[in-house]
Amino acid sequence: MVQIEELEQQVKALAEEGRERLEQAGSLEECEAVRVALLGRKGKITELFQLLPQLPPEARPEAGKLINTLKDQFQEALEQRLAALKAETIERRLQEEAVDVTLPGRPVALGRLHPSTQVLREIYRIFSGMGFQVFESPEIETDEHNFQLLNIPPDHPARDMWSTFYLVEPGLLLRTHTSPGQIHVMRKFAPEPIRAILPGKCYRYEQVTARSEMMFHQVEGLAIGRKITMADLKGVLTEFAHQMFGEGRRFRFRASYFPFTEPSLEMDMDCILCGGRGCRVCKHTGWVEILGAGMVHPQVLRNGGYDPQEFTGFAFGMGPERILMLKYNIDDIRLFFANDLRFLEQFSGGPR
Amino acid sequence: MRVPLSWLREYVDLPEDIEELAERLTLAGLEVAKIEYLGLAARAREGGHEEGGRATLDWEGIYIGEVLEVKPHPNADKLVIAVVDYGRGPRESVTGAPNIRVGDHGQKVAVAEPGARIIDAYGPEPKPVKVKAAAIRGVRSEVVLCSEKELGLSDDHSGVLILEQDLKVGTPLSELLQDVVLELDLTPNLARCFPIIGVAREVAALTGQRFKTPEVEWHPTGPGISGQVEVEIWDPDLCARYTAALVRGVKVGPSPFWMRRRLTLAGMRPINNIVDITNYVMLEWGQPLHAFDYRRLHSPDGPGKRIIVRRARPGERIVTLDGVERALTEEMLLIADPEGPIALAGVMGGLETEVTASTADVLIESASFSSTNNRRTAQALRLMSEAAARFGRGVPPELAPLALKRAAQLMRELAGGEIASGIVDVYPVKQKEVELELDPREVERLLGLAVPRDEIIALLERLEFACHPQGEAIRVKVPWHRLDVSCPADLVEEVARLIGYDKIPATLMAEPLPPQHRDRTLELEEQVREILVSCGLSEVITYSLTSPEAGAKLDPNSSPEDYLHIANPLSRERSVLRRLLLPGLLETVAENLKHRERVAIFELGRVYLPAGKGQRPREPRRLGIALAGPRERLSWHVKPRAMSFFDLKGIIEELLRGLGLEGRFERPSRPHPSFHPGRTAKLLIGGEEVGLLGELHPRVKEAFELELEWPVLAAELDLEAILALARATPVGRYRPLPQFPAVLRDLAIVVDEAIPAERVAQAIKAAGGELLRELVLFDLYQGPPIPKGKKSLAFRLRLQAEDRTLTDEEADRLRLQIEARLAEELGAELRK
Ligand SMILES: [Zn+2]
Repeated sequence: MVQIEELEQQVKALAEEGRERLEQAGSLEECEAVRVALLGRKGKITELFQLLPQLPPEARPEAGKLINTLKDQFQEALEQRLAALKAETIERRLQEEAVDVTLPGRPVALGRLHPSTQVLREIYRIFSGMGFQVFESPEIETDEHNFQLLNIPPDHPARDMWSTFYLVEPGLLLRTHTSPGQIHVMRKFAPEPIRAILPGKCYRYEQVTARSEMMFHQVEGLAIGRKITMADLKGVLTEFAHQMFGEGRRFRFRASYFPFTEPSLEMDMDCILCGGRGCRVCKHTGWVEILGAGMVHPQVLRNGGYDPQEFTGFAFGMGPERILMLKYNIDDIRLFFANDLRFLEQFSGGPR
Repeated sequence: MRVPLSWLREYVDLPEDIEELAERLTLAGLEVAKIEYLGLAARAREGGHEEGGRATLDWEGIYIGEVLEVKPHPNADKLVIAVVDYGRGPRESVTGAPNIRVGDHGQKVAVAEPGARIIDAYGPEPKPVKVKAAAIRGVRSEVVLCSEKELGLSDDHSGVLILEQDLKVGTPLSELLQDVVLELDLTPNLARCFPIIGVAREVAALTGQRFKTPEVEWHPTGPGISGQVEVEIWDPDLCARYTAALVRGVKVGPSPFWMRRRLTLAGMRPINNIVDITNYVMLEWGQPLHAFDYRRLHSPDGPGKRIIVRRARPGERIVTLDGVERALTEEMLLIADPEGPIALAGVMGGLETEVTASTADVLIESASFSSTNNRRTAQALRLMSEAAARFGRGVPPELAPLALKRAAQLMRELAGGEIASGIVDVYPVKQKEVELELDPREVERLLGLAVPRDEIIALLERLEFACHPQGEAIRVKVPWHRLDVSCPADLVEEVARLIGYDKIPATLMAEPLPPQHRDRTLELEEQVREILVSCGLSEVITYSLTSPEAGAKLDPNSSPEDYLHIANPLSRERSVLRRLLLPGLLETVAENLKHRERVAIFELGRVYLPAGKGQRPREPRRLGIALAGPRERLSWHVKPRAMSFFDLKGIIEELLRGLGLEGRFERPSRPHPSFHPGRTAKLLIGGEEVGLLGELHPRVKEAFELELEWPVLAAELDLEAILALARATPVGRYRPLPQFPAVLRDLAIVVDEAIPAERVAQAIKAAGGELLRELVLFDLYQGPPIPKGKKSLAFRLRLQAEDRTLTDEEADRLRLQIEARLAEELGAELRK
């Protein structure tokens, strides 16, 4: 017979042994060995259960409880030890995996849109909010469309305003402005009302310098309807300019001249560079011109197929490169078509 | 236009604040480009400053003096000692000026005290220097008698400036010279503001001041002009009016200082009193005048001279005032005497009848010539005179006699001539009186601002429009000096200008939104940009103008005749319209390779192709792509690797995918001269060839100076066709996600190296049928142990059924079928 006291002693000893051996186990494998030694088929705790029949029957429930508690405690301790060891292993691996975070990242090859495209898109976005849609018209124009239908007959003094590249083919030229698009779009849609934006390349017979280019973009705007007024023109342009240049800017409208609009105007903005105090960029006036506009001349309306008694309209024209030059204080227009990527890549994420 | 305010003030009172006046003018369309302050005002503003290379002075310490006596210099023959008084007692000045001679006295001159700043007339550059008292050849010179150059007035240093007699001794010179000049940038419709009087009219209307209508004085005292001069206009279509006056017995010499000063301030060079007067009146009134030496006109038929206004005859020539002999065409208008041309009408006078120092009798011409004809002549002869600049923009015929009389009178006063009684006035085509009807509602309809009828009338009358109410409307008579007003909209602009554009409200269109028409092509074009940018390409925009030589670098077989040519090119490099994007792109690559090693760019733009006779040229959209340098930017992550044909192809495949298109790539049947013969493909979509891509031929690389070892890849695609195909492609249907798992099988085969990979892929697809959902070529290998002339291809097959889970046996069976097909069709062997 085995006495309960004896068993109690053995349980105590085994509890001690288990704790010590787990503590010494430095790896998952060693932990497993400890588990086998105590809880395996021939483990020391397992063997304790075989002592139960040798105990007096009244002591057996008490003894069974004792052994089970020992087993549970050991298992719990084993799991804790295993968890600790796992965490340690991960921790060690993570430490080994550390990198020098100051090393440069892997370069991502992202392209950029040309700044002129970016600003064109911005213009489309602003005007589409006011119901204007984009249309295109040819770059090679007839004298008739580029001049005559816009109220500029041959030998008209206003022709001095546009130095022109002519093609060898008689009657053809490179458009000097996007305004002939007005005629195309009017003839396409008359007598429907129109709100159109006409972008594209234009050309002038001019020596290329920091201030003048032989090629540039222009955006023409045209609105025709039965109730379009110069007040609308001012409103639309002011809305545009605030969105394009920011809320804080000041604008003014002054009388000007284009043969195809009457009345005509130009819109100025306070000089960004000097804040209106006067500098080289604004020629000491404090103002810089941003666009030209006016009410469509009755003769041009007629040429487009609209009755000027019934319809009125406004038109405006602006240069995306000029807008960029003003916004970013660029002093050389040649940069746009020199296509030096060091320049082009400075314009990311659209105009601000 | 340069407008000295001292001159303008003769015709209108000006406000105190010149800046404000300038702003008012600018807002009304007379853009003041610059305000130039001369004299004291300049000092108060910003101190003396450099302007256009010429230093301007404040003239402090310079006074009007009188020459009391001129004595010989004891030690120098060419120098004299002038004793002058400028209000501080006599002072001595040693001078070598040829117009101050021993014995002279009484001239009024400009005297500079020590410390005053004058221009150094002897230095290499006209810089300001300080006057110092100094001994010259042993005689102390206390002050300087100044030349015009020394005063910064002109480049004339031929003598001391002699001023008008009636000036008061001791007056600071700045009081005489100080002025403000407005520089106006005038649009072509503002020809009326070329002259001072035109600007005065505008200023009066804008500021509400009275315009001081100039009274033309006219005191003819000589015998009648008839019999002395007759005028015939043979071509009245080109000359609406010709007036002439005769002034006899003039003495040609320099003009008085005030006139020279005004001409100089206005930007003209003084010549002599007769020529200066014609220029002065032109600047003041806007009427170009011409002065003939009366005696040099030929009069074969008697004592009287006969002026004929006619077109030139074939072969006729004239030597103009500038000494150039000019061949004339029959379209050019001449002023002639019975023997031949004496002037190019309204452009330039003839040398033969020019006014010279010996001229005594002057015939003044004041006429109106056709502006179009005048412009054509001036342009044909490249002769842009002041007269042509004005006639070309229109001079009203009603102005001719006014300016004529003003000039004759000035000649009488300043050159001592006698005016013949009467003028010649031939006026075959009367200036049209323009009358318009303006409804106040029209003002509101255009401006969006209601202006009461009476206010409109008051505004227009300030500009000398005669207004009469007529019912609701106004009958408006346009004054003769307003050639630019011809329709009611012009009047609305006048009303708006005078009210001020700032008074017009800003509204957003009340009109309903017109029908919206979207342009799919433009939307797709933006999408193309988006895709290419996300592929790592940067957009460039190159010149549309190029040279045939640039095109020939790409394709030596191209010919200059293929291009649209510019008739007036700026340079050979920009003389034709491009037919291809690639030359511009490759030039851009070469430029950028000078400062970076990797370039990946695209351009989306038009090319320009001749069409048949009588048809507009075509401007199809193209897409060009160019890649050069390593695949990745230099970094520590990868070793630099060259880009290849397949980098370019991958981008184009991505583009097609983005547009919902399927393309095929084929070796061209004949090698293209621009590309590597073995590394070029044409792109086909639905059987249509839409472009070429490949590695540049070494010859092309060299021609564009692309000096790098690695290949340069380029593509030029017909975007117009691609976008049309994309537009026509219906929106794709969504495909349900697979319900059953896929089975993967790898397949490695060995085939002849001449067999294109795509043929192998097609054979696999054909054998795989519907169960083969995806096929990826993941390895290509040549070399041992693969026999020579063969290549190994490894594919991964994704097999999947829509209605069941494929078993391994089914998948293996399918693979066997595929292998059999490959063996049979392409002689492929299985690689173990
Ligand atoms: Zn500024």
